[in-house]
Amino acid sequence: MQVLYLLIETIVKCVVVFACLMLSVAYLTWLERKVLGHIQIRFGPNRCGPFGLLQPFSDGIKAFFKEDLVPGGADKPVFVLAPMISIIAAISLFAVIPFGNEFTIPGTSWVVKLRIADIDIALLYIFGIASLGEFGIVLGGWSSGNKYGLTGSLRAAAQMISYEVALGISIIGVIILSGSLRLTEIINHQAGGFWNWNIWYQPVAFVLYIICGLAEINRTPFDMPESESELACGFNIEYSSMKFALFFMAEYAHMITMGALAVTLFWGGWQAPLPQLNFIPGVFWFCGKLFLFLFFFIWQRGTFPRLRYDQIMKFGWKILFPLALINLLITALVVSLKG
Amino acid sequence: MIIPLLKGLAFTLGRFFSRPITIQYPEEKVPPAKRWRGIQYFEKDEQGKTKCVACGLCMAVCPSQCIYIETAEDEEGKRYPLTYELDVLRCIFCGYCEEVCPVNAIFVGKNYEWVERERTPFLMNTEKLLEEKKYNP
Repeated sequence: MQVLYLLIETIVKCVVVFACLMLSVAYLTWLERKVLGHIQIRFGPNRCGPFGLLQPFSDGIKAFFKEDLVPGGADKPVFVLAPMISIIAAISLFAVIPFGNEFTIPGTSWVVKLRIADIDIALLYIFGIASLGEFGIVLGGWSSGNKYGLTGSLRAAAQMISYEVALGISIIGVIILSGSLRLTEIINHQAGGFWNWNIWYQPVAFVLYIICGLAEINRTPFDMPESESELACGFNIEYSSMKFALFFMAEYAHMITMGALAVTLFWGGWQAPLPQLNFIPGVFWFCGKLFLFLFFFIWQRGTFPRLRYDQIMKFGWKILFPLALINLLITALVVSLKG
Repeated sequence: MIIPLLKGLAFTLGRFFSRPITIQYPEEKVPPAKRWRGIQYFEKDEQGKTKCVACGLCMAVCPSQCIYIETAEDEEGKRYPLTYELDVLRCIFCGYCEEVCPVNAIFVGKNYEWVERERTPFLMNTEKLLEEKKYNP
């Protein structure tokens, strides 16, 4: 019976998380267009439903009915596989994100933990799968038989390697502090008010994480793989219809995961900022903090211009990488000295 | 290096909270300029008919030759346009017809919105020109 209950619980959680994630992705596109619009002193989408709230659905319907084109020079199996890799990686990342504390179902003694999987190598899993997602972009650009696509995917590969290094090293500081790769333990380590959050102990790592995270999800100012102005959309130049929509969804889902991970690692996850506010459910705090991060991602997109390719490489290797190393060394030194 | 980035962020945040300056066209419209030359209209006389006396000056002055007039006389011996055709698709909205008209019958109006599925409705006749007055109070 226990196994059956566990199965039902897991399935329900999977469905709920998947639905919420997809809905967030849809409304993140809406939010992005709206915020960018207001930054440019215009309205953004406001024709589809009140405040343009139905816009994501009309976009989806439009993408669904577009012609699904595979170019003649394309490597067809890889071309079809690439968006799938992207979206699968982006969605499965969310499996280990803890978005709330546990609660007991009223009337029973069954405890529901608000995370799908609580594995003890969650951080390793996240970085493994996140790099896997880049393969979608690399293969997509390479297989479409287009010079712009190829250039885009080459850039994606180079950028991924450069920034993954600094990203990985920057969060080792957090791991040293909390002594675990398990995300729930990292969050529990930050319990008891906002002054215990890791951002105060690892500010450099936090900034590095945000910068490298932006580069990792190919977002402006690091959107070299799909730089519209010089590569005409780069890796997804030959993609149309739902294949393009899959890439698009993957990008936004990845963005949500990046934000969620930043919340988990540095902003105390579902923990309330003040111990007195603990009566409000953790999901609320998690979503609130996540929203701040997503808003920042969109806000900085509306602000910063894209870097040049060699500037990105130089920035990654000559500034971020040494900074991350120094940060790691200092953290390790301080932790070992304090015993 | 970081200060300019923060300045930029502050600037865009200020823009984010300012009111959009978009004019949402079909609902809100920019009033045309004072000297705007749009679609022509006929001024009415006391009987509600056109003031036009079919002198043919506008037909003569029109650089794109989009006006065609056939003259007739009524019982009182007053001239009036039997047919007055203005091909709006050919018109270049120079406003010479308004300038040349000796009886102030034709004017260029303010209206600039006119969509049809065929070409024939754009051939304006006297009734259409009189009707066009409603856009030009």
